[in-house]
Amino acid sequence: MKEEGVELIREGKRLDGRGFDELRPIKIEVGVLKRADGSCYFELGDNKVIAAVYGPREMHPRHAQDAKMAVLKYRYNMAPFSVEDRKRPGPDRRSVEISKISREALEPVILKEYYPKTEIDVYVEILQSDAGTRTAGINAASVALADAGIPMRDLVSSVAVGKIDGEVVLDLNAVEDNNGEADMPIAMIVRRNIITALQMDGRMTREEFEKGLKLAMNACRQIYELQRTALIERYSEL
Amino acid sequence: MYRVVIPGDFISDAVDRAGEGTYVEDGKVYAIRYGVVDEKEEIKVVPFVGKYIPTKGDVVIGKIIEISFPYWIVDIASPYEARLHMSEMPGENRIEFGNMHTYLDIGDLIVAKVINIDPMMRIDLRLMEDFQPGGAGRLIEIPHTKVPRIIGRKGSMIKMLKEKSKCFIFVAKNGRIWLKGSKEEMDIASEVILMIANEAHTSGLTDRVAHLLDSYSYSSNRMARK
Repeated sequence: MKEEGVELIREGKRLDGRGFDELRPIKIEVGVLKRADGSCYFELGDNKVIAAVYGPREMHPRHAQDAKMAVLKYRYNMAPFSVEDRKRPGPDRRSVEISKISREALEPVILKEYYPKTEIDVYVEILQSDAGTRTAGINAASVALADAGIPMRDLVSSVAVGKIDGEVVLDLNAVEDNNGEADMPIAMIVRRNIITALQMDGRMTREEFEKGLKLAMNACRQIYELQRTALIERYSEL
Repeated sequence: MYRVVIPGDFISDAVDRAGEGTYVEDGKVYAIRYGVVDEKEEIKVVPFVGKYIPTKGDVVIGKIIEISFPYWIVDIASPYEARLHMSEMPGENRIEFGNMHTYLDIGDLIVAKVINIDPMMRIDLRLMEDFQPGGAGRLIEIPHTKVPRIIGRKGSMIKMLKEKSKCFIFVAKNGRIWLKGSKEEMDIASEVILMIANEAHTSGLTDRVAHLLDSYSYSSNRMARK
């Protein structure tokens, strides 16, 4: 819903001063939780998320075990204080959906066959939200999984594109998201150019879609480099 | 210098040398884990962390967590529980349904060898008879990926640790370490072992460990003289 008089683009710049193809500032910290097997703190502009990975560990309930591979569980959860109006705690329709698509975005890279009958738990907590939390969550979870020593073929990187004031732009913030015409989060395996998740909310023409996809795929490359650097630097301090 | 890799990093074109922690795709070797590359013999990625998965022949330190006739169920610091069959217990006395706990009770620690793993990941253990903690000493736990570093090349590190800390040290494959000695000796040994585990990926570690051990023995000599 567009509020009257909200101008999202002025003189070729967005409200926060970004160009159309510019990401918000990203900060990644690896291994922030002492008691988790792997963890990652991820900031994307005003989004602040933390991902924790536990496992592979014994799967409960037993009947849900898979004799051939590990089961990946993913929980996306928004803290009640993460948004302006207090969010009612607990899972809801939206977070169940996001958990599912995030899990499916990560599953193709994880070598689950290495650990039959176990489970791998990923907990993503949104501490502060400013649109694009599911992409931030996937980025964080992917780094946390690597940090936990889980065997993976690649990392997964994720970003959203959208359409505001008739322009295709990268990585919408909350104001743009609420007043824009479309929002499209994607997740991809950068090195192999495989898209593992894609959702779209709103309307875009085919040309806009393709333009947006190209924009997002390039941004994923940048994010991948940041994820990689964060992991490498963790063990090169000494 | 160590080369740190993340999952999906390209390592080499030498497909025929691809080893543990790697995978091959389109004639190239990539890392499958977050860790350090070791190209000495085959190309391996030694992970920084990860869960212990037993292999046949491993010697582990386990903890009895359940008695389920005719097995003791043993926690071996792994996603999989192991089991010790009643018949593995030495002695002529017959073990019966109700008295298994008089041999090994819940919470007891054992040193055992992995004798079999089936595809369902059922793990069978055999008791290392002459070699049981029996309540003496201290148990510390480190990630099992750091065990080779504690032992060192051809056992150099563990030999030095044993000599300088004067402690009995037993390192099991699953990252559990059994120490036996005086309180001070065990304090020193456990501190040094935890330091090795924390700095396992750095170079020049052996020298630093030697220094640390020497500084302890120096200060303890001075204490003794007072």
